[in-house]
Amino acid sequence: MQWLSDFIDTAPVFLDALWLTLQLALWSIVLAAVLGAVLAYCRLSRLGPVRALAAGYVSLIRGTPLVTQLFIIYFGLASIVTIEAFWAGVIGLSVHNAAYVAEIYRSGIQSVPTGQVEAGRSLGMSSWKTMRLVIAPQALRTVLPSLGNQFIIAVKDTSVAAFITVAELFRTAQIVAAEKFRPLEFYVIVGIYYLVIVLLLSGGVRMLERRMGRYGV
Amino acid sequence: MVVRIRGAAKAFGPVTVFEGIDLDVHQSEVVVLIGPSGAGKSTLLRCVNGLERLDAGTIDISGERLSYQQGPLNRIRRNVGMVFQSFNLFPHMSVLGNVMCAPVKVAGRPRDEARQEARQLLDKVGLADKCDSFPSSLSGGQRQRVAIARALAMRPQLMLFDEPTSALDPELVGEVLEVMRALATEGMTMIVVTHEMQFARKVADRVVLVADGGIVEQGSPQAVLDEPATPRARAFLNAVLER
Ligand SMILES: Nc1ncnc2c1ncn2[C@@H]1O[C@H](COP(=O)(O)OP(=O)(O)O)[C@@H](O)[C@H]1O
Ligand SMILES: [Mg+2]
Repeated sequence: MQWLSDFIDTAPVFLDALWLTLQLALWSIVLAAVLGAVLAYCRLSRLGPVRALAAGYVSLIRGTPLVTQLFIIYFGLASIVTIEAFWAGVIGLSVHNAAYVAEIYRSGIQSVPTGQVEAGRSLGMSSWKTMRLVIAPQALRTVLPSLGNQFIIAVKDTSVAAFITVAELFRTAQIVAAEKFRPLEFYVIVGIYYLVIVLLLSGGVRMLERRMGRYGV
Repeated sequence: MVVRIRGAAKAFGPVTVFEGIDLDVHQSEVVVLIGPSGAGKSTLLRCVNGLERLDAGTIDISGERLSYQQGPLNRIRRNVGMVFQSFNLFPHMSVLGNVMCAPVKVAGRPRDEARQEARQLLDKVGLADKCDSFPSSLSGGQRQRVAIARALAMRPQLMLFDEPTSALDPELVGEVLEVMRALATEGMTMIVVTHEMQFARKVADRVVLVADGGIVEQGSPQAVLDEPATPRARAFLNAVLER
């Protein structure tokens, strides 16, 4: 009963925090999806230096902890420009997730047989139209599960923004737990909030997969 | 003249595929390319629409020099249909979508007009009832006929066929060859790579034997298939006809 009343009493605070978490997640997922596409395009470019640059970006991001990246953007860059904590979080999470998303896109694009590209080109499509009409739709279907997985990770990783003072779910849990001296209860409660978001998101991805899986190859 | 090839040469790294190839294809002519596997028939065909790049020589299509700049190349490709051994239909589009896609998105034709023409083409290849099916539900022969309709939808002046029946079960070969034969009768200019000697004999205006990095022999089907002049041609034909 104590648990339930804890849950209800803190609901207003946590719901505010939840809203902030959702905004963080949404912004960083959308931006990562776009930036990831640009990176994947560079990664598959015909120009060596462009390819190398994109590959460098990916290994730099994957080779360092997310928390380090956020600290560099928020505290490190503070000496040059001041960014609001929320936007520093959005930028850091986007930059971080984009590297993984780019690799997912790349594997998807490479999974489309070259015959598809040749068919598009032989009909007079430009390489951009071939990408948009022929390759991307097939690649996207292939990578949808991995992409969904990465977005779930992205949602959970918004919790790292707590350490750059963004008052999202996890930071709120830290504050409430400290106030009430009951860490177990409030960390479990915040876990439940994350779990609900993730379950909803994975349900959505599964629905999309079913919708898109209409043609079997 | 629809196609004019002069001094065409192509190598992959150190390996020369062919050299010094001259070939003309006239309006409404059906040219069948035959030759041993690995002779470079596909490569030559793919050079005609710029899927492969020549190392030397020139190709003119309806008087326009093939260049590898994207704009002009894409414009030429609209005029040159290609049918692949492995069909290469777009699996994420319906049959109708496959046929309509390029006319709408590349040639910029109105959707309704393109849809109507696509239906007519599918009717012509005997697949009017498959408009809403997806390629995965079709047989190989049906897929290849859709691929032919897809290429024709761009209203090309020239059609290239690269072993269009080699991936098919034997009982499905006939339906595809029949569509090609009808196309030839209508006056389509065609270059066809095939091992179907009966097709070459009946439909080809000219048979060209490619081997050893060049054109070994060419002429009417009777001349090349029945009375080959060179030992190389005789050796190849014996090997083929023995099967
Ligand atoms: N993309 C490629 N890279 C390297 N070698 C190739 C490539 N395409 C074809 N070849 C080689 O070129 C030669 C001619 O191939 P191809 O034109 O496919 O012959 P054919 O169609 O007459 O059987 C073969 O030796 C083949 O291995
Ligand atoms: Mg071949």
